[in-house]
Amino acid sequence: MSERITGQKSFLELNDLRIHFPTDDGVVKSVDGLSFRLERGKTLGIVGESGSGKSVTSLGVLGLHKGTRARISGEIWLDGEELVSATQEHVRTLRGKKMAMIFQDPLSAMHPYYTVGAQIIEAYRIHHKVGKAVARKHAIDMLGRVGIPQPERRVDSYPHEFSGGMRQRAMIAMALSCDPELLIADEPTTALDVTVQAQILDLMRDLQQEFNSALIIITHDLGVVAELADDILVMYGGKCIEYGGAEDIFERPEHPYTWGLLGSMPRLDRERTERLMPIKGTPPSLINVPDGCAFHPRCAFEGRTEGRARTRVPELLETEGGHLVRCHLTRDERRGIWENEIKPNLESA
Amino acid sequence: MVTYIIRRLIWGVFMLAIVSVITFAIFFLVPRLAGATSESLATRYVGRTASAEQVKIAAEKLGFNDPLIVQYGRFAKGIVAGADYDYGPGVERCPAPCFGYSFLTRLPVWPDLLNRLPVTISLALGAAVIWLVAGVATGVVSALRRGSFFDRAAMSIALAGVSLPIFFTGIVSLVVFSYGRPLAFAAPGGSFTPFFDNPAMWAYSLILPWITLAFLYAAGYARLTRSGMLETMNEDYIRTARAKGLTERVVVFKHGLRGALTPILTIFGLDLGLLMGGAVLTESTFSLPGIGKYAIDAITNQDLPKVMGVTLVAAFFVVMANLVVDLLYAVVDPRVRLT
Amino acid sequence: MMRKTTLGVTALGAVLALGLSACGGGGSATPSQSGAAPAGGDTAKAEFNAALTQVFNPSDKKGGILKFANAGDWDSLDPADTYYGYSWNFVRLYGRALVMFKPAPGKESSQLVPDLAENLGTPSDDAKTWTYKLRAGVKFEDGTPITSKDVKYGVLRSLDKEVFPDGYTYFNDTLDLPKDYKGPYKSKGVNTDKAIETPDDQTIVFHLKQAYSGFDYFAQLPATIPVPEAKDTGAKYREHVISSGPYKFDKNEIGKGFNLVRNDQWDQATDPNRKALPDGYEVSTNVNADDIDNRLLSGDLHVDIAGTGAQPATLGRVLTDPALKANTDNPTITRLWYTSINGNVKPLDNIDCRKAVEYAADKVAYQTAYGGEFSGGQIATSLLPPGIPGHADINPYPSGTDNHGDIAKAKEALTACGQPNGFETNIAYRAERPKEKATAEALQQSLSKVGIKLTLKPFPQADYYALYAGKPGYAKDNKLGLATNGWGADWPDGYGFLQQMVDSRVIRDSGGSSNISVRDPEVDKLIDQASLETDTAKREPIWAQIDQKVMDDAFILPGLWAKSLLIRGKGVTNVYFSDATGMYDYLNMGLQ
Repeated sequence: MSERITGQKSFLELNDLRIHFPTDDGVVKSVDGLSFRLERGKTLGIVGESGSGKSVTSLGVLGLHKGTRARISGEIWLDGEELVSATQEHVRTLRGKKMAMIFQDPLSAMHPYYTVGAQIIEAYRIHHKVGKAVARKHAIDMLGRVGIPQPERRVDSYPHEFSGGMRQRAMIAMALSCDPELLIADEPTTALDVTVQAQILDLMRDLQQEFNSALIIITHDLGVVAELADDILVMYGGKCIEYGGAEDIFERPEHPYTWGLLGSMPRLDRERTERLMPIKGTPPSLINVPDGCAFHPRCAFEGRTEGRARTRVPELLETEGGHLVRCHLTRDERRGIWENEIKPNLESA
Repeated sequence: MVTYIIRRLIWGVFMLAIVSVITFAIFFLVPRLAGATSESLATRYVGRTASAEQVKIAAEKLGFNDPLIVQYGRFAKGIVAGADYDYGPGVERCPAPCFGYSFLTRLPVWPDLLNRLPVTISLALGAAVIWLVAGVATGVVSALRRGSFFDRAAMSIALAGVSLPIFFTGIVSLVVFSYGRPLAFAAPGGSFTPFFDNPAMWAYSLILPWITLAFLYAAGYARLTRSGMLETMNEDYIRTARAKGLTERVVVFKHGLRGALTPILTIFGLDLGLLMGGAVLTESTFSLPGIGKYAIDAITNQDLPKVMGVTLVAAFFVVMANLVVDLLYAVVDPRVRLT
Repeated sequence: MMRKTTLGVTALGAVLALGLSACGGGGSATPSQSGAAPAGGDTAKAEFNAALTQVFNPSDKKGGILKFANAGDWDSLDPADTYYGYSWNFVRLYGRALVMFKPAPGKESSQLVPDLAENLGTPSDDAKTWTYKLRAGVKFEDGTPITSKDVKYGVLRSLDKEVFPDGYTYFNDTLDLPKDYKGPYKSKGVNTDKAIETPDDQTIVFHLKQAYSGFDYFAQLPATIPVPEAKDTGAKYREHVISSGPYKFDKNEIGKGFNLVRNDQWDQATDPNRKALPDGYEVSTNVNADDIDNRLLSGDLHVDIAGTGAQPATLGRVLTDPALKANTDNPTITRLWYTSINGNVKPLDNIDCRKAVEYAADKVAYQTAYGGEFSGGQIATSLLPPGIPGHADINPYPSGTDNHGDIAKAKEALTACGQPNGFETNIAYRAERPKEKATAEALQQSLSKVGIKLTLKPFPQADYYALYAGKPGYAKDNKLGLATNGWGADWPDGYGFLQQMVDSRVIRDSGGSSNISVRDPEVDKLIDQASLETDTAKREPIWAQIDQKVMDDAFILPGLWAKSLLIRGKGVTNVYFSDATGMYDYLNMGLQ
């Protein structure tokens, strides 16, 4: 991941994106200088705790902060178009068609007073000049494709008449109804039980391959992206703190925060009784971001930086072949700690 | 659904029976407990200089000498089966529902009530349309522009609207907009033209009462809509709607307002039901011969059959409004099930 | 003025009072502001009290629609069933009684003139039989000629008090009716010729049980308006009264209002009294009282039919604006606002204690409580208002030089009563009447100066007389020593004014009478004596004597002789105040 601007744009490219919210208490820097690239057919996992800025980022890409009090700067390039400077109306026409979003908790994310079918039809017809009957047939098709049984009957059901998993499938059907080239899934499985989670993730993988779209999965749970993501971006305090291929992140993570996330990751192959290793402390305030490294108050290895972590903001630097880390520890220190102190603990736990 | 409605209707009839018993008790039992005799009650319904003989005749004729239960039974029977009266050359049949004959005018109550319903319904519906449109529109704009000058001004006016009594706003509006003043665009009080006689005159005669009454209610609806909109516009499904690429207009009206309107619908139904029983102050202030004015006149004159009639009609509307609101609620919100 | 030469039974007396309910309209007035208007000659110049003694804005111009409004509603439009002064005033537009009060301003209006009859009644020598000849050519609105049988039927049906409870019982009590006669509905086919004979279509003869010289006053009552039997619908007749006058009912919605249009069967040649100027009348009822005043002033309305005067809210505005004031009249009417002093409640059974109340009362505060001089009235020193024949200027209990009460005299009376430090009692008033509340408070304050402590006791207006202040048992048990009260009469006559107020025989144990405090057998005797006195000159001093006697008894604390402030509608012609009705005469008004 480079901050250089190359002549050839990726399908999706964020350059130094900042989304700040002025409030009475101060400016909330939800996203503070985020950059990444994503190509068609690839999947990016954005991981972080709540408040790390990952959802704000996705809404920012969709242009949903336009017209609010949010201050946005930087660049969002989608298929050769810059969206930060584009008009609100233009971004609206892209929303739902070129880029779509799957929200968490579909019970609240779907309108309780309209049938599932009506909500899909509405999404389809806003971007396609077709009659209601055609749109309805399309909606039934979509419901069938996401695996909802008897779609021609369920199309007239209300969201509350669906089970949680079915509702999430319907949500996906709605997002995919216009064949979006960029699909953002925000915690798509959080509200679901474990077996259903797996089904939904399988579905999303299948669909992505079918549509060849770019997929961003936003989650606090590394487990979710483990199987799906090509690349993983770890966010903390509105900034990217580690970025790399999925294999790099899982096999050779270099940031103490990522280690923490891995430690607190429940796994299907683990026993329920096994102890998780949560990260101490709470996510940082986005108004008064700690001086130096935003993670330093929670970092177990902060003491080994000779105080740098308390005073200087670390830069995001390449450690090897596209693996970026924002940390004051040297590469050797990080690798040593991972190999000797963290990894054995995780495996024996 | 049908069983639900039937059950609710039976319950409604039961409620009306209770209301009639309570009304009857207030106007008949309570004075008796306070020491009134049939003759002293009858003095209300004869001239001031009536002789003792005249009072006695009236007491007998009005049935005050019978036990209260018999008097109530006679009233209830009249509603169900009709009754006979002989206030003239021949015996006259008062068909069911017979609410009896006025103690004062010796005329049947039911035709009076029917006669006054159009006034009250015209007033209530016209005002309702105005306050719903004005109130909801103001509320929506206020919510979307929270903290703006419009929002603050509208909410201040709304506060005034809720606080000012009708007999003040009514008289002021009459003085300013009627009585042949330069600004006059409305009919003076006391003029009512039925809709089917002349729709233009109908509107002309009701425009001031409509606005005055609507002002009172619109204020509340604006505040209600505003807080409802502020709440729904923060819902997840609004974000979803935006993410689908819907235009802001569709998002606000189809998704946002739809969610905010449900509680408003409930209150609207109940308000309308109450008003159908007579907008007492508005009708008095503008001298509109509706149910509310009728009720006031009946109570002032202690004209019991009229009081009973008007109370039951008002109660009927409230009961029906409750039922309709509950049914509508199920239509509006698919999550609601009637059981 | 009244030619009551004989009056028989005392039972007749009990019903003869033509008094109105104290809250109703009506009462006669004397032009007490004699200096306010130029004497003689008609005038169109708008000035205060211009219509008090002469015709204001006289004209014979026809056309237009006169708009009337009523803050309340008629007791009934049916001539058999109405007892409001304004109703008797207005009924003449659609009905012709045998006799009527002369449509003329001021005192002249107290004269009786024939209407449907050719002449006033011809009495037999013993004054027990009264004969009237009907004018020829008078027709109902449907063209049917009016006969004496229609007049007879109208009177007979008015006797049915089950169907027509609002009216008077003069005819029930004076006519020589068959025993247990209950009117034509219930006593069908009963021969009533011994009471009323109709020897031919133009002649009607009334037979009385007792001689009575004032029968012409009965003959002007609305009950003698002819009613065609074939069109009679009992209680429903009020919805469409068959007209015998110049106007007939067009649309009538009881409780809302009605329209009168010209009756083409009415013939000016048969009617010397009516001008019939406007083309019709538009009357709305149950109209907001403040709204009526505003519309009168703006010209949207011509007449406030109740005739009781402007509302308090309007008074201030009108009296301070010379242009508005110039279009008003301020007559004193024959109504007394007073406070009953109940001799049944100790220590007021002692006359000296009652006198202490009379002396201590602050009359100026009383006047203020009622709104001051223009809307309240002039301070009363006895019962009989100046407009009633027999009125004498007496002041048995002068309340100090400035009318704020005579404390020294009051204390003397208290000592004589054996209560030198005062006593405690209650004062009743009607809760819905702010003026009565203010009166009670004013008395509470002024009486406390001599140690008489009053506790205020408000009661609901509807049952004030029937259940509380007017029910002797209740008043005594609950020690209602004082009670605010008021009384007005229909026309200037001592009997009509005094009898219901001071005759102890009208007090009923079941409650409901207006007299709630005067119990003096001598007063009763004087009333009977006056009723039997044939000579006006001798009778009128008896009213003054009764007045003096009741004042001596100190059963009544007179407060004010009421005045009303009447607003003349814009553009209305022939406006004048009539003593007979106590308001503007509605018979001959027109529009410019």
